[in-house]
Amino acid sequence: MAKRIDVKDLNLYYGKFHAVDGVSLAVPPKNVTAFIGPSGCGKSTVLRSLNRMHEVATGARVEGKVLLDGEDIYASTVDPVQVRRTIGMVFQRPNPFPTMSIRDNVVAGLKLAGERNKKKLDEVAERSLRGANLWNEVKDRLDRPGGGLSGGQQQRLCIARAIAVQPDVLLMDEPCSALDPISTLAIEDLITELKKEYTIVIVTHNMQQAARVSDQTAFFNLLGVGQPGRLIEVDDTEKIFSNPSQKATEDYISGRFG
Amino acid sequence: MNDRIVAKRPAGTGDAGAREGVPAARPATEAPIPPTTEADQNAPHVRPGDRIFRGLATGSGIFIVVLIGAIGLFLLLQAIPSLALDQVSFLTSREWSTGDVNNMRFGILDLLLVTVVSSAFALLIAMPIALGIALFLTQYAPRKLSRPFAYVIDLLSAVPSIIYGLWGLLVLAPVLTPVGEWLTDVLGWFPLFAEGNVSIELGGTIFTAGVVLAVMILPIITAVSREVFDRTPPAHIEGAIALGATKWEVVRTTVLPFGKAGYVSASMLGLGRALGETIALMIILSATNAAFGWSLFDGGATFASKIALAAPEFNDPRSAGAYIAAGLVLFVLTFVVNAIARSIVAGHKEYE
Repeated sequence: MAKRIDVKDLNLYYGKFHAVDGVSLAVPPKNVTAFIGPSGCGKSTVLRSLNRMHEVATGARVEGKVLLDGEDIYASTVDPVQVRRTIGMVFQRPNPFPTMSIRDNVVAGLKLAGERNKKKLDEVAERSLRGANLWNEVKDRLDRPGGGLSGGQQQRLCIARAIAVQPDVLLMDEPCSALDPISTLAIEDLITELKKEYTIVIVTHNMQQAARVSDQTAFFNLLGVGQPGRLIEVDDTEKIFSNPSQKATEDYISGRFG
Repeated sequence: MNDRIVAKRPAGTGDAGAREGVPAARPATEAPIPPTTEADQNAPHVRPGDRIFRGLATGSGIFIVVLIGAIGLFLLLQAIPSLALDQVSFLTSREWSTGDVNNMRFGILDLLLVTVVSSAFALLIAMPIALGIALFLTQYAPRKLSRPFAYVIDLLSAVPSIIYGLWGLLVLAPVLTPVGEWLTDVLGWFPLFAEGNVSIELGGTIFTAGVVLAVMILPIITAVSREVFDRTPPAHIEGAIALGATKWEVVRTTVLPFGKAGYVSASMLGLGRALGETIALMIILSATNAAFGWSLFDGGATFASKIALAAPEFNDPRSAGAYIAAGLVLFVLTFVVNAIARSIVAGHKEYE
């Protein structure tokens, strides 16, 4: 449970395009790290490299190391499928499996891992839905399709699905960008609760959100069009939002960004 | 009136209240777009383009319904006089003799069984293969390979039926003969594989016909399934991958459930084609006077091949009417198959 991540000199490519240049950062366990920065700066790409989702795209390539409690997830002996089973991910748009019931959605990961015991699956479904603050809203319709829920509920369903396998780390790629403010608030509260048990990395375009939920913030930026994205600085969220050490960071968070 | 329209505008595009005076001129063009209850008070002005297009679209829709109705009516009107002259039960008799118009004895039972069995057999072979090909092309094959490969599959559907028929009888049938002999030897106790009523060596069996039909319907099933599988939302695929699904598990949890309805309707399209296939089966199937005995190694005729073979008899409207009656049954059969396919697809909608 709740492992630390150390990223060492990570370079990411899409074919010949150098998307992210030389990122190094550390994510402590049971802590929320926010990635902020303008569009196209590579923050989502970095996030997706943390559970080896980056390489799913054709031609995508990774150089450098990502250590999960000291073990390189890019070592040649490591199976990417196993990595993804221990590092959960929540996407920008809620993506519950539309043909599955709410319950089946939650336990989909467990079923993939080979769990067949119905009692165990039901327990996990309840625990995960409670963990995602969704249980009370759906407990009477666990057999209905997940696609029938509202957007915010669907996103919490996806979070329940991600935490059902009790991952070491939870990655969130702009999890609130498709949601209304009330659902956003529900997810933010949830993140604060989840951090008691999980290491969380969240990409967000909403700086207030980064300030509200994260302990540590990493600012990514782009030097110019066609240039790779870089990590400008990473520090305690309070420091980044009050007294950042880089001018570019200050410009971005105060809205003076190009 | 003006107030109400201005008040409504913020709900529309973002330029609410941009220019004074302009809104008064606009409602006429805007009103028809969101149909409101106030529309009738507003006396909506329909643009001529809309009216013409709606007319064309509605006309086309009506035209096709009328056409199908007319075909059905034509078949029925032509068939009824002959049906009245039929000396045996049309639906349950296995006899077919229409040469003597004063003593016509014809029933469609054998035709129906041969048609359905050969098509179902073809579907049984083609469905899993088409599924495999479609999954390979969309999920496993490298992009560079999948495109030319898909063209080759589509080419299969461009081969004329007569070629399939000749190929089936002259090339495929001899190859299948040992297979057929083995099946009748080993599994002969099972009715489907029992010794049939025509020679296995000549190859004019439902077995050969089914294999040829399978090849013929493979492209349509593959092409439609491929299209559907290709449209699996990437978000669902990513969701499965992020949960630690292997390639096959991604296919099983996202691609297959998403494409199931499309795959079933693709198969039904294939079945429709198999049911109506004429020339290839006319060439392949050996005629026989013996009744269909539920064996794949029987010969016989399907609706379509029977009708095609009987073309010389059509000079007498009474005997032609018998064949038209058979055609009517084929028409209804295809209709039913399509209706079943539709209901399967519709029953699946809930999840989409």
